[in-house]
Amino acid sequence: MAEVKQAARPLSPHLQIYRWSWTMAMSIAHRATGCALYGGTLLVAFWLVAAASGPAAFETAQAIAGSWIGRIILFGYSFVLLHHMMGGLRHLVWDTGRGYDPTTRMNLAKYSVAVSGGLTLLLWAIVLATR
Amino acid sequence: MLSKSNLRTPLARVRGLGSAKSGTGHFWVQRLTAVSNAVLTVVFLGVVISLVGKPYPAAVATLSYPPVSILMLLFILSATVHMRIGMQVIIEDYVHGLLKVIAVMANTFFAIAIGASCVFAVLKLSFGG
Repeated sequence: MAEVKQAARPLSPHLQIYRWSWTMAMSIAHRATGCALYGGTLLVAFWLVAAASGPAAFETAQAIAGSWIGRIILFGYSFVLLHHMMGGLRHLVWDTGRGYDPTTRMNLAKYSVAVSGGLTLLLWAIVLATR
Repeated sequence: MLSKSNLRTPLARVRGLGSAKSGTGHFWVQRLTAVSNAVLTVVFLGVVISLVGKPYPAAVATLSYPPVSILMLLFILSATVHMRIGMQVIIEDYVHGLLKVIAVMANTFFAIAIGASCVFAVLKLSFGG
């Protein structure tokens, strides 16, 4: 492919042109949450390596995870994880050829937010209840 | 009656790999790991939640319990394969030329480094050290 040149001709419309819709927002959110989880695997690796390194390293990791900023990150991480999971399940439904009509796809997009939010709150209710 | 498909050799048609020579491999593995992630992530979350605020010996006992270790290893494998393909798709959308090649390689190295670190940690916890 040739080098990318500055094009004077009109280009195809991009994000700022379109009216925001649930399906568009959830499509972007799926990619964004995927990116966030990609970085988040570093936290998983740090935590597991800390556990394998010994008591001192693990206590440090647990202290960081238990601090208020650690808890905010963990809460965000769990929501992002569940949101990406719900988005993925939506894609698996589409892979079967179902759920493409306007009402269903809008509902799927809305439900993926509601369900992932609900599951996150349920998850943290369990965490707080089992402490 | 001369269509494009008729110009392909019978062998190429049977292989079905197309011009990129890898066919639908990434597409399929991404769906396969999506399904396994959906199950294994629930296990992973359960393990992490059960260890919140637990002292070191309890955490080691849980993580070195064989069924937990095996499921954690499967989660790591499934998640790193999935994230590598996902990030490669994003790179191929936005990055072009030499930078794309470098980014795709760096992405693969990152996924393998994360996977190897996590797997080593779980195995060390399991087999002692």
